[in-house]
Amino acid sequence: MLTNKLRNLFLSAVCVLASAAVATAAPTIKVGALFAVTGPASFLGEPERNSAQMVVNQINAAGGIRRQKVELIVMDTQGDATKAVQAATRLIKEGVVAIIGPSTTGDTMAVIPLVERAKVPLISCSAGAKITEPVKPWVFKTAQNDYLAVTKIYEHLVKHKLTKVALLTVSDSFGSSGREQLKALAGRYGITLVADDTYGPKDTDMTPQLTKIRGLHAQALICWGTNPGPAIIARNARQLGLSIPLFMSHGVSSKKFIDLAGSASEGIILPSGRVLVADLLPKNDKQKKALLAFVKEYQKNFKAEGDHFGGHAWDAMMLLKGAIERGGASRPAIRAQLEKTRNFAGIGGIFNYSPTDHSGLTKDAFVLVKVKGGDWTLVK
Amino acid sequence: MGTERNVLLKYLLFSAAVLVAPIFFSGGYLLNVLVFVGINTMLALALNLLLGYAGQISLGQAAFFGLGSYISGVATANYGMNPWTALVLAAVVVGVIAFTIGFPILKLKGHYLAMSTLGFGIIIYILFNETIDLTGGPSGLSGIPYFSVGEFQFDSDLKNYFLIWGFALLMILFSVNLVNSRIGRALRAIHDSEVAARVMGVNARLLKVQIFALSAVFSSIAGSLYAHTMTFISPASFGFNFSVELLTMVVIGGLGTVYGSFLGAALLTLLPEFLRTLQDYDIVFYGLLLVLMTMFMPGGLVRIPSLVLPFLAKFKVRRQGNA
Amino acid sequence: MSEQLLQYLLSGLSTGAIYSLIGIGFAIIYNSTGIINFAQGEFFMLGGMSTYYFLSVAHLPLPVAMLLAVLLTTAVGVLFERLAIRPLRNASPLILVIITIGGSILIRGIAMLIWGKDTHSIPMFTGNEPLTIGGATILPQHLWIFGITLLIIIINRFYFYNTVSGKAMRACSHNRRAASLVGIDVKRMVLFAFAISSAMGSVAGIISAPLTMTSYDVGIMLGLKGFCAAIIGGMSSGIATVFGGLLLGVLEAFGAGLISSGYKDAIAFIILLLILFIRPQGLFKKAETERV
Repeated sequence: MLTNKLRNLFLSAVCVLASAAVATAAPTIKVGALFAVTGPASFLGEPERNSAQMVVNQINAAGGIRRQKVELIVMDTQGDATKAVQAATRLIKEGVVAIIGPSTTGDTMAVIPLVERAKVPLISCSAGAKITEPVKPWVFKTAQNDYLAVTKIYEHLVKHKLTKVALLTVSDSFGSSGREQLKALAGRYGITLVADDTYGPKDTDMTPQLTKIRGLHAQALICWGTNPGPAIIARNARQLGLSIPLFMSHGVSSKKFIDLAGSASEGIILPSGRVLVADLLPKNDKQKKALLAFVKEYQKNFKAEGDHFGGHAWDAMMLLKGAIERGGASRPAIRAQLEKTRNFAGIGGIFNYSPTDHSGLTKDAFVLVKVKGGDWTLVK
Repeated sequence: MGTERNVLLKYLLFSAAVLVAPIFFSGGYLLNVLVFVGINTMLALALNLLLGYAGQISLGQAAFFGLGSYISGVATANYGMNPWTALVLAAVVVGVIAFTIGFPILKLKGHYLAMSTLGFGIIIYILFNETIDLTGGPSGLSGIPYFSVGEFQFDSDLKNYFLIWGFALLMILFSVNLVNSRIGRALRAIHDSEVAARVMGVNARLLKVQIFALSAVFSSIAGSLYAHTMTFISPASFGFNFSVELLTMVVIGGLGTVYGSFLGAALLTLLPEFLRTLQDYDIVFYGLLLVLMTMFMPGGLVRIPSLVLPFLAKFKVRRQGNA
Repeated sequence: MSEQLLQYLLSGLSTGAIYSLIGIGFAIIYNSTGIINFAQGEFFMLGGMSTYYFLSVAHLPLPVAMLLAVLLTTAVGVLFERLAIRPLRNASPLILVIITIGGSILIRGIAMLIWGKDTHSIPMFTGNEPLTIGGATILPQHLWIFGITLLIIIINRFYFYNTVSGKAMRACSHNRRAASLVGIDVKRMVLFAFAISSAMGSVAGIISAPLTMTSYDVGIMLGLKGFCAAIIGGMSSGIATVFGGLLLGVLEAFGAGLISSGYKDAIAFIILLLILFIRPQGLFKKAETERV
């Protein structure tokens, strides 16, 4: 692993030198990227950086966009708003045509005033609905809105007549944004929330919350968080003999979750991007081709499973590529062309941007998946 | 008096350097980083007054910074208050809070003091996260306005640079005067031996609480300035890690020195900019640097001139000798 | 309702046992050197992560993996003392605190580079079928945690009161100068302190990893909690810190179950602050002026 990293470092150094050499020959297209590569949100930032770099390498290997090479300048925000702002300032001053990322809603909200003022297109890879609602002229996003995931779960609950629901969400920006949507949409589906509990991102035991929930006779439990919290909750629930159906968020839609939770993950249902079940999708699925290509490439390059977090960056980079191909590499042209994107089949879903919609996805971006026999299966 | 003139000269030189710095950095992204150096200088200075001069440790300094930010942010973004009024309001509220909790907290010593300030910091951090209706919770608070005077808005790095460094220079001036006054000597007496200070007629308890409150007010003002330049704040910036980072700034810069606070703040704020090319390796490098710096330069960066100058002088003498 | 209360109590005690082990590690180093070792949490992390590595990557049997993990962590602890702490014997405590902060960042960073940023899990020592005790349930792993914690405390007690080097270490904690005057090799005692507390930290990390999982950054929060445990126990390297850890764990569990899960840490800390304000010398100690 270490040698691998050293090699990567060396390669990227060579790339930088090489691109510097190329720069004197033909102007490159500079694209900025803000990802939380280290810090608590690195589970987002790392696959995002990998995927974005992968797309850029592919583009350059194929001769670039409109015969111009692309140079990706990646900055690590560490999931810290202050660092995100400093990094964004630096990218803008270095003359990038657009920025992809940041990884977290907090970082995104912090850099929005900057990009709006400097008029630089930003394609965020974070989920918070408030990023594109209200619509800001220069800000787009690729991650699915949380309320789409919530809708998917609630529809399933209503279908199975499970209306007394307990919530257990993590107290970070991912969990609190999910919690907000879960509470806001409950009424519309006739769902009563009998518990609204939280846990800390670094907590190691959630049996107290689950014990309390067990006493409230809920019919289902929805847990909103990212690894490892939900895996601990799944095991704690099993320990306590909690028999109600357990729902999780797309925050843990990866093979990793099953590894961590082990047999306790059996039967858990969650909304997920299609990338998790790419090979199970019907042949006529519009995204299938892109998904399989992404999974294969990612496996080849990084010896790891490509997840939907990486997919957000893949989508952002591909959307940007499309916009530059159509309108050229200037900031206003990219913005205008992004807004005209129709029916782009990406990893996160089918994107349709418009002047009134800069998130571009519908609830069809999610499918419900269930753990069965130690693997993910599609819920019909 | 000679020393007094030196103090003044040093301050004027420093101010002049601060004023001309933008000429070299304007247009580049580094100006933006220098804005944050200014904010961190205020925070490090505030902690240094408490730790370096009065000898009282605080591991919850980020809480006062956060309270300043959030009071300013909530009052302006949610209730439409003028940012200047909010800054004053925040400073007053934080000052009163610090003064009140200062009495029981500063009764404690050593690691118990560290623990209780740490606990206070964590409680405040949890409050930022949990009072979602007010603060927006973990996803942060946006829509905070810039400072403005009439039509003039502090909305660019250059304008904010002068605004923030204006405040920082005022705080430095205030601190330089404070530590060279009777109060400063009393503080150092407490640092060396609280019992002896009491015997000499220093009201040690009250003085400690007052300096604690002053440090909190400085931090709160820095917080308000931060909120209105960022226009977005989230709890992650005010956690335990940041308290530790501030502590590191003070120790690396030099305990008990006003300009050391600046050096520490500048190094720790600028360093990540230069480590970025190291990507994932920066955390290792940062840790290593911290260990090595404290091992080989325990007096802090501020001692560098006193280490280098005699060496240079010797060098000069030798050259003259050769000639 | 009483079943629920029992469940809170058991959950709290098992979390608290881990806090205690980390807390004792803090106390042992503090007593022999006067340093608050902020790298203590990283020993916890190293225990769990290196067990995972030896088990899943090197494919060694669990007991061997655990033993190697303890040895590795102890080696890191000793190395840390030799390279960073010993050269600075005469520095102020604050400088030493910063060194340990730097050390913890360094250890965490190296662990991240070697093992990556993922969370890992190691299997339970003996099965994962829950056991029922008066309506509350626990896992066999919890029994391991209670058992090993108890064992360590007993060994610890025996070491400090019945062996020459243990007594020498206690002498150091009372007065380092006097100890060295009666011929105790203080330097060696400090090295011992680091060895013992890093070994203890790694054991805590190993026995809790099957329940709580492990990753390169688990040490930060647990280190902080262990620090609290030691403070409540008045920095004692014995039973008082164990009570401190258990108390903290139980307060958290009841806070989360009965009052509010969002504020559970705040509740625990408010109670701690109140304790400190009323009894500034720690919960279990007779009133005296500051040690050191």
